[in-house]
Amino acid sequence: MSATTATGPLTTTIRIRLRTPARLRNLELLLIVVALGVAAAALALVDLGAVGELDTEMFALVALPAGLVLVLHIAERIVAPEGDPFVVPIATALTGLGIAMIHRIDIAEGYEGWAAYGVRQAVWATIAILIAIAGLVIVRNHRVLQRYRYIAMFVGILLLLLPVLPGIGDTGANADVWVRIGFFSMQPGEFAKILLAVFFAGYLVTARDSLSMVGRSILGLRLPRARDLGPILVVWILSMGVIVIQRDLGTALLYFGLFLVMLYVATGRGSWIFIGLALFAVGGWAATRVLPYVQGRFANWLDAFNPEIYEREGGSYQLVQGIFGLADGGLVGTGLGRGRPDIVPLAESDYIIASLGEELGLIGLFAILALYLIFVARGLRIGVAGQDDFGRLLAVGLSFVVGLQVFIVIGGVTRIIPLTGLTTPFLAAGGSSLVANWLIAALLLRLSDAVRQQPHAIVEGGAS
Amino acid sequence: MNKELRRVSVLVLAMFLALCASTSIIQVVQQEQLQADPRNTRTLYASFSVERGPILAGDTVIAQSVPSGDQYKYQRTYPHGELYSAVTGYFTIHGEKTGLEGTLNDYLTGRASQQFLDRLNGILTGQNPRGATVLTTIDPVVQQAAWDALGDLQGAVVAIEPSTGRILAMVSKPSFDPNPLAGHDQPGVISAYDALLADPGDPLVNRSIGGALNPPGSTFKVVVTAAALAAGMSPDTQIPNPPSYTLPGTSTTITNSEGGACGGGETVSIADALRFSCNIPFAQLGAQLGYDAILKQARAFGFESEFQVPMGVTPSVFPRPESEAQLMLQSFGQGNDRVTPLQMAMVSAAIANDGELLRPNLVERVSAPDLSVLHEFRPEAFGRSVSPDVAASLTQLMVANVANGAAGNARISGVDVAGKTGTAQNGTNEPYTLWFTGFAPADDPQVAVAVVVENGGGRGQSGFGNTIAAPVAKKVIEAVLNR
Repeated sequence: MSATTATGPLTTTIRIRLRTPARLRNLELLLIVVALGVAAAALALVDLGAVGELDTEMFALVALPAGLVLVLHIAERIVAPEGDPFVVPIATALTGLGIAMIHRIDIAEGYEGWAAYGVRQAVWATIAILIAIAGLVIVRNHRVLQRYRYIAMFVGILLLLLPVLPGIGDTGANADVWVRIGFFSMQPGEFAKILLAVFFAGYLVTARDSLSMVGRSILGLRLPRARDLGPILVVWILSMGVIVIQRDLGTALLYFGLFLVMLYVATGRGSWIFIGLALFAVGGWAATRVLPYVQGRFANWLDAFNPEIYEREGGSYQLVQGIFGLADGGLVGTGLGRGRPDIVPLAESDYIIASLGEELGLIGLFAILALYLIFVARGLRIGVAGQDDFGRLLAVGLSFVVGLQVFIVIGGVTRIIPLTGLTTPFLAAGGSSLVANWLIAALLLRLSDAVRQQPHAIVEGGAS
Repeated sequence: MNKELRRVSVLVLAMFLALCASTSIIQVVQQEQLQADPRNTRTLYASFSVERGPILAGDTVIAQSVPSGDQYKYQRTYPHGELYSAVTGYFTIHGEKTGLEGTLNDYLTGRASQQFLDRLNGILTGQNPRGATVLTTIDPVVQQAAWDALGDLQGAVVAIEPSTGRILAMVSKPSFDPNPLAGHDQPGVISAYDALLADPGDPLVNRSIGGALNPPGSTFKVVVTAAALAAGMSPDTQIPNPPSYTLPGTSTTITNSEGGACGGGETVSIADALRFSCNIPFAQLGAQLGYDAILKQARAFGFESEFQVPMGVTPSVFPRPESEAQLMLQSFGQGNDRVTPLQMAMVSAAIANDGELLRPNLVERVSAPDLSVLHEFRPEAFGRSVSPDVAASLTQLMVANVANGAAGNARISGVDVAGKTGTAQNGTNEPYTLWFTGFAPADDPQVAVAVVVENGGGRGQSGFGNTIAAPVAKKVIEAVLNR
């Protein structure tokens, strides 16, 4: 870190001094009010567009998570005064839009009360924000997490394996990513991604030196030493296991991509990316040869509009109907509550982005993509500005995994890549996803707060 | 680490740009194509929630959507059913549509590009989208007269305003009632449709602008006469006048319809040949002019051109003959000549309008729900068919044809009617196709009309253009002149 000397640029010193915590929090408060306004407007438009009158019970219900966002904001003022001011408003806006759209699907499907996904999503949002507040208050120093990296690994892998364990695995859905215990069901993979990011960050900080060692050079590519290939092979096998046992391409791609990027950032060796992509390509190719469901996904992707593929069981019906929905939305969308997003199966969860694209149009989707991009960029910024490498890696991992997940989901819906069964962060119906992503938001707040605390102290020392 | 982070940032940016690209492609670039996919039920559902705009003929509502109270929200109704079905076409809830319902669908559903801002406004204000109102050029009185005059005959009537191209009447029989096809119970719609398809009279075919076209018979002599006058001949130009004639290179003998020579002389003038509608002189005149000269004239009248009224009109044809014998047959409207009634009405309209042909059209005005005009009728020239002099000569000849020639049944007292009949043969034992085309008043033309009666008008080979088609045209002309 470049220590600011007494002869250093005075302007820098002044600017950093002027950046007071209160200003950041005031900016955040303003943005939160805007985000809540957007969410409330979306919910109101859904009701007005689809029914013609406001659902006051729904508004009363969403007041709960909305209020808790303000509690979170107050908590930040106390325990993370220098936290990034964009993270919570973006998470709030996306969660609110998600609830509005899920509520819209409920109206179309006629779901009411506890059967309504929107009602449950609002309750889950309440729980998620509570957990985020708790996380922010409890984890006062992110370096603590480094200590628990191996526990994080074991729990993470356990969570990944849960869905296939007999008794609690729920094989009803296409991909086995759910567990069900009594009335309670969850997608443990959503939490695993946080735990694995913690583990990768902790592990790579200690192992990066040996992993950056250069071994033989083949065709101009400087390869790592053979003995250092262990970790990447383990993660690769884990990912392949997810594909084979859990039948979930998206999750495998998500974890493997997360690991590769963190490995690359930690070691600075492009050859790891090369090796990783080669491994994943081989694994993916083998999977398409051996596993019929992977074959089906590829066929759906490449030849979606083929009538035969469209009509067959597990064919491209959902994909094509989602694309029809998007096309119907066009540039400006049909308007909230005025499209037919319910035609697409799983319009409230896997396909929420198609539902939003139909009713908000390309303009709305671009706005949502921009929100995600800012969210990810704020996280990557911590990686650039951070002080300790564990924190930097963790911030990169957590924010990249959100960006990658958005890409895998929307890329699947819009046929950039084969469709997989991941959820859209913050938007899609599902408690696990909401809780996990709000936890990521809380961790990014904690990490960004740590970043900003430090230069502040240094500058004051230098200036005195 | 920062260099790597920059690269990761670029990767993230690339991923998001890819998403922007893929969504743009689906939502904007391929939008129309995806919406047109028959598997896209949204387009269908969307059409339900739209209050489809009405279609009017003057003050008469000929198609409208009324609230239905069921899942489809609106019921399309055709208050006059069969009378206007050649104009309206039909509209089923499953998206099949013909006639104006088909060609103006974008306007009627409010999806035309000019209605974009209205649509946006509807989205913002939460109003149900409403389609535009289509006012046709059809005059309900003339339409009713044409409908009544044609009676139970199989055929079609088209009436045009010569100076503008406005279509005043369009009737095709047998007709059909579009109401059962617009029903909301699918089995009922299917059985109604199947019944119409199975009907030997092909009621779904709009004979005025399409279907299996008919040979024009003697009405085509007007075109040949125009070609002759354009080539510098005069109405007095003499043509050999034998009582029978064997087509060169064949053993086929042609005769004049009345038998014998055309009048007494060795030769006959073009004027008299047209007035008595003699085949032999026109066969020889056609051979003398040559195929290209007649084709050029036919094209100038609109043959072989695509017309949208706005429904697509099947082009009428004067195909290249394989032999001189064929050319001679085609010169009096037999052989492979095939025309629509609209085309024959256009021939009369062009002559009526001093030789200038206007494109025929059915649409007077399209207006948005807020009454702003989206489309307004404007006379649109197709081109010059004949010179004003030739038009004047042809008018005189056609007036004589009605006044004291073969088209006497179109006579209206006090009015000079210009006209030409036709009685086309379809084969040895097949019933004739009966024609009349003309316009009136000759000095100030208000209407050009064409009538075709298929299947011999029910009289096999004993009906004639003058006995069956001309009286129909007369009633249509009277309806226009009396309004």
